[in-house]
Amino acid sequence: MYVYDEIDQKMVDQRVAQFRDQTNRFLAGELPADEFQHLRLRNGLYIQRLAPMLRIAVPYGMLSSTQLRKLAHITRQFDRGYAHLTTRQNIQLNWPKLEEVPDILEELASVEMHAIQTSGNCIRNITSDQFAGVAVDEIEDSRPWAEIIRQWSTFHPEFNWLPRKFKIAVTGAEKDRAAVQVHDIGVRISRDAGITQFEILVGGGLGRTPVIGPVIKQGLEPKHLLTYLEAILRVYNRYGRRDNKYKARIKILVRAMTPEVFAEKVETEWNNIKDGEATLTQSEIDRVKGHFTAPDYEELEDLVPDIDDRITDNSGFSDWLQQNVKSHKQSGYSIVNLALKTTGTPPGDVTDEQLELIADLADKFSFGEVRITHEQNITLADVPKKDLHSVWLALVDADLASPNLGLLTDIICCPGGDYCSLANAKSIPVAEAIQRKFDDLDYLHDLGELDLNISGCMNACGHHHVGNIGILGVDKKGQEFYQVSIGGSGYEDATLAKILGPSFAQDEIPDVVQKLVDVHLKNRQGQERFVDTYRRIGIEPFKKSVYSS
Amino acid sequence: MTQLIIDGKITTSDDQEILPLEEFLASGDKSTGVWLDAHEEVETLSDFIGKIPVVALNFPTFADGRAYSSANLLRRHYGFDGELRAIGDVRIDQFEQMARCGFNAFELADGQNAQQAIERMQGFPVSYQHTVDRSPLFRQR
Repeated sequence: MYVYDEIDQKMVDQRVAQFRDQTNRFLAGELPADEFQHLRLRNGLYIQRLAPMLRIAVPYGMLSSTQLRKLAHITRQFDRGYAHLTTRQNIQLNWPKLEEVPDILEELASVEMHAIQTSGNCIRNITSDQFAGVAVDEIEDSRPWAEIIRQWSTFHPEFNWLPRKFKIAVTGAEKDRAAVQVHDIGVRISRDAGITQFEILVGGGLGRTPVIGPVIKQGLEPKHLLTYLEAILRVYNRYGRRDNKYKARIKILVRAMTPEVFAEKVETEWNNIKDGEATLTQSEIDRVKGHFTAPDYEELEDLVPDIDDRITDNSGFSDWLQQNVKSHKQSGYSIVNLALKTTGTPPGDVTDEQLELIADLADKFSFGEVRITHEQNITLADVPKKDLHSVWLALVDADLASPNLGLLTDIICCPGGDYCSLANAKSIPVAEAIQRKFDDLDYLHDLGELDLNISGCMNACGHHHVGNIGILGVDKKGQEFYQVSIGGSGYEDATLAKILGPSFAQDEIPDVVQKLVDVHLKNRQGQERFVDTYRRIGIEPFKKSVYSS
Repeated sequence: MTQLIIDGKITTSDDQEILPLEEFLASGDKSTGVWLDAHEEVETLSDFIGKIPVVALNFPTFADGRAYSSANLLRRHYGFDGELRAIGDVRIDQFEQMARCGFNAFELADGQNAQQAIERMQGFPVSYQHTVDRSPLFRQR
């Protein structure tokens, strides 16, 4: 993974000192609250319902075991012994004290971490594919490009006060695990006759107005990546709406101008700066790529009899193997996924002790690195197949072996009304009620792949628009209600879910979900996924089943 | 009294005439200063760039970032080398960003401390991007 040099480190250290000064001035009454709000947000610090919330950046989800241990220490020392993984591959602390945040940042900086631009109307954490570098369907490792964009966007002086927040995702595989079609900018890496090139999508997004982003540029040469992004950001910074925060995202501008006209504007701006100093040099591309070379893989047998034979032996291990372990591009290795979706624990929450155990497993079995996924899970990307049983045993002991990756109970869920001051409704208890109802693993396996996403408000942090089943918390005359939609997808076949009809009370939701999957089970052909059944038969049978009393 | 910082020096007097864009464009004399609000486009000045002594760009609020792009375009695209002045809601925590986008003069908002502003002008001595004052960091690595 990327390792800081002196300059990267200095940049982060300076931000800690700057933020300490800003915090001290605020506490001393020298910095007005309205100004401090913007400054602290640019460092990931929110004031939430019960306490401040600090969002820590995890660029494209990559973490070292050293960083995991530091995070465990921070949650113990400054918080309540747990952390929350977000849908943008970041980590949140729910109970820090405002006056201690500079100390937390100093601890983070000591392990090359920070909270820079994890909130505010600026370019946010760059996200990518959690299987980058190890996926069997990979075209090119997306991480070097994500890192190049991260550096360019960090403290960009021109783009720190945009009309609204700005999210960029990069994918370099056939399957889009980074949801690039629902980002402000999506970068898709492809190859043409062996030569790397980029396809640029702009103006996708979820939130109040969900949009699938159109492609505005094909065949972009890698060396032009930063000048092209600069041109997009400049057009947005100048012309994006600032009169209404609900109409300020770039998707509204792209839609108002039309993608064609927007692309022309970008092209004109780009021609002014193209081939200028900001054009990437081959030595910089090589320097960054040098941080993402393959680890020191051993020559291992791909067939491991006592593992391969277990796939169907009906033990807990085989369930986990089948569901949570994915193929690796290196012979003899596997990708292990920890679904942080154990019933009774809020989706994406992880304790200090679990973080430390994961760090130990990473050191012992996966070259000391892990990745956070946008599904709020953790990936050990390079586990020798022969060690899978040992890893599983350790995970079982730590309550981290939940074998439900990609199934109905692997719910993406925002913190909701329990924590977030923006939320209209709670989301964690809804997730738990669904998990409790669907507790039969064989049934879940039979149901197959099914993304169920919950957001507590229309800001859509829980990505409900792209869930096969999406649940949105709404406020109806002061009561918490839930609107259900179906048919969404956040992958390469990205689709926005359609609203089923009138919303439901919280305690009705598990039964509604039951009725929806019943329609699927009754109508599916072969092993068809829920979303494919929906695409074939349409929304009506689902509506009918849910609303006929 | 308005506090003004020009090229790192604190001053209070300023007899520079600065016209709103519309008046400036209507006037036959292009040797006065001109000020643009955040939504007004620097492209309108393209024919007079060499003649204008001062361009002032307004920040309606410190959270409105349009003037950073305007400044960048004036300096880098149009090669404007006169005084580029930040006016409006100009606060010290944004000084570094303003300077890096090409502002060299700052009319401070009420209540801002000019001495602190100058101390913060330098900001971070290292940065990643290509801006008015610096090459991209990767060209020096």
